[in-house]
Amino acid sequence: MSLTAERIASRAPLAKLPSGWELSVRAFRCWLVMYRRTWRASVWSSVFGPLFYLGAMGYGLGTLVDKNGTAALGGVPYVVFVAPAVLAVQAMNTALSNSMFPVFGAMRWNSIYVAARATMLRPGDINRGHLMFITMRIAMNSACFVIVMAAFGLIRSWWGVLLLPASVLLGVAFAAPVAAWTVTLKTTTPMNYIIRFGSIPLSLFSGTFFPISQLPAWIRPVAYATPLWHGAALCRSLALGTVTAGSAAIHVGYLTVMAAIGLWAGARSYRRRLYV
Amino acid sequence: MRMLGCVSPPTEGELTILGGDPVRDGAAIRARLGVVPQEDTLDAELTVRENLLVYGRYFGLGRKLIAERTDQLLDFVQLAERANDMVDPLSGGMKRRLTIARSLINEPEILILDEPTTGLDPQARHVVWDRLFRLKQRGITLILTTHYMDEAEQLCDRLVVMDHGKIAAEGTPRELITRYATPEVLELRFAPDEQEAAAEKIQDLSPERSEVTADRILIYEADGDAFLERVHAAGLQPITELVRRSSLEDVFLRLTGRTLVD
Repeated sequence: MSLTAERIASRAPLAKLPSGWELSVRAFRCWLVMYRRTWRASVWSSVFGPLFYLGAMGYGLGTLVDKNGTAALGGVPYVVFVAPAVLAVQAMNTALSNSMFPVFGAMRWNSIYVAARATMLRPGDINRGHLMFITMRIAMNSACFVIVMAAFGLIRSWWGVLLLPASVLLGVAFAAPVAAWTVTLKTTTPMNYIIRFGSIPLSLFSGTFFPISQLPAWIRPVAYATPLWHGAALCRSLALGTVTAGSAAIHVGYLTVMAAIGLWAGARSYRRRLYV
Repeated sequence: MRMLGCVSPPTEGELTILGGDPVRDGAAIRARLGVVPQEDTLDAELTVRENLLVYGRYFGLGRKLIAERTDQLLDFVQLAERANDMVDPLSGGMKRRLTIARSLINEPEILILDEPTTGLDPQARHVVWDRLFRLKQRGITLILTTHYMDEAEQLCDRLVVMDHGKIAAEGTPRELITRYATPEVLELRFAPDEQEAAAEKIQDLSPERSEVTADRILIYEADGDAFLERVHAAGLQPITELVRRSSLEDVFLRLTGRTLVD
């Protein structure tokens, strides 16, 4: 192939690459251009989702629960008990719905990743740029939820101002590893398994709608090990003001490690998938 | 092609692009490449203009600069009046032209095209060829793969014939024709039951090179008409006879054979 090489090698030296952060932001802005087309619909679901959930679970179911006493809930009305956990569940679901089909689609359907890899973006930048957008979506949904909680008087402590970052951290802890995994998929079937056998049992048994103390003793360690329990417990302790430095450190540490592993795995799996 | 586009590590040998190593400096090299992949990777849910905006952003260009270049490029590929339409309903030829426009947003020095006109109708192919020829005149290096020998003949200054991943020949189209083919080709067609006998008689006339295919006998000669007279003199009466100049297709078939390669 000497024929092309000698003609091309005689040109200007290669420029230095911008920082990884700068390149990731470029990938992120691509998602913003696309989001401009769909944001209206998504905002409606962000606002009405929490209203429906809090109305049905908190007030509807709550009036029944509260009649039997609220000692097991820490002496607060059921709606106050359940609201921060529903916030956590919503952050998890936003993370999952944004890091599964859109990631698969960007690889296989609309070729967003495939188009981007031909440019100066590296696979890791493409991964982080998409995660930035997913983080933004989680933050938007969580912010709506926290505002609704505050409006209904369901936040009982000033620690509540940390509900937004806490729920975003929980979301990223799910989104990063799930995106790293989704990009490797060849079919959509495994994603349905994650929803059926992952997110649904997690949302039901992670101390969200009832305290873990209600579960049989042998299964409690499993619940304590799930990321959603850490996220829900963290959010609840912030909303109720029962937070302690030790428990917060464990929850935040757990979720941070999970997000970091996801970022590391994402850089690897995106590279494997896009640089072949 | 993916290796040249720096999205696939070289499996063997050495590769240097723009003075850089595609594995180590891949992104910095890609900053100065334009790529037109075989399968369109346009975002069908965005408009023509937005596709260029997204792409320009990847290269860190400002909004104003992207808008200017977008206008010029859409003019260049004759898509200006579709600028604000969605990509999805565009025809195959339009999408290909848009892909070419998009690949030029960073003003690349090298444009890599993977079968740029495969699947396009003749009109659309000619428009693409015309635009690519203009780019070549502007001094952009085009590297393209194609299965169409007429495309290679139209666009290429230097040509590499690949057979099973190995270089079978290289040179200008003219050089290759001179080296691997005779100036003219005589194509004769006989009735199916007469072809075998005719082929033997033609062999007796000792042509420079001949080839019997399912339906024709091809005779490679410096002067096709002269050989045709000898065929007639030998008492053979083909159903159809055609003397033509050799083309790259003859070179390609000679080098890579007629058996199907998939």
